[in-house]
Amino acid sequence: MVLHTVNSSPTQSRCLEDCLQLIRPPAVLLLIEDGVYGATTAHQALLDQLPDEISCTVLQPDVDARGLRPLLSERFDLVDDNGFVELTMKCDRVQSWY
Amino acid sequence: MKFAIVVNGSPSSSQAAATALRFTEAALHQGVDVLRVFFYGESVLTANRLTHPPQDETNLTQRWQQLASDHDVELIVCIAAAVRRGVMDEREAKRYEHTADNLADGFELSGLGQLVDASIGADRVITFGGRA
Repeated sequence: MVLHTVNSSPTQSRCLEDCLQLIRPPAVLLLIEDGVYGATTAHQALLDQLPDEISCTVLQPDVDARGLRPLLSERFDLVDDNGFVELTMKCDRVQSWY
Repeated sequence: MKFAIVVNGSPSSSQAAATALRFTEAALHQGVDVLRVFFYGESVLTANRLTHPPQDETNLTQRWQQLASDHDVELIVCIAAAVRRGVMDEREAKRYEHTADNLADGFELSGLGQLVDASIGADRVITFGGRA
């Protein structure tokens, strides 16, 4: 299983779109830093084609630093820094998109 | 479980060094063995002891130094990336005939071999990038 981290907003770069083109199950998507904007309902259409078995997560401290919690899509689960470490251990490798 | 951490993004214009710090602290608290943190590209500016962010902001250089001394973690700075950006230890400063050096304590200049070595020894390699 691969953990894919994406650190920039879909309005700033193509990181998320590039990741979504290549990501295959079993995988976990984790949005971090400005990447967390991709977890808002405004960008939900990007994830329409994503298989259900790919779990979508978003880094909670980065969400809260931007005040985005009320705007998050239901597709995403919040993880904190400890959760990020746990996902890293659970997955076999990490692919960072930046 | 052994981790190697790679930091690429600038400490002033990206969040990479700050996210990597939070991640490394969380990993250490969970008992992960952090073999090495490798600062590459713009992130080498994190090791410049002459940088001073405003007082109400996190001083990333000091936070990394604290982490290194508390947990005995190796902070390796890519020597080519550092010298290119004016980050020098005593030896490099002498080599380039400067009167002063500026590498913060707790950081060490070395080569890409250290990244290769950490990647071989670690179970996971996690990269924190900046914007190109």
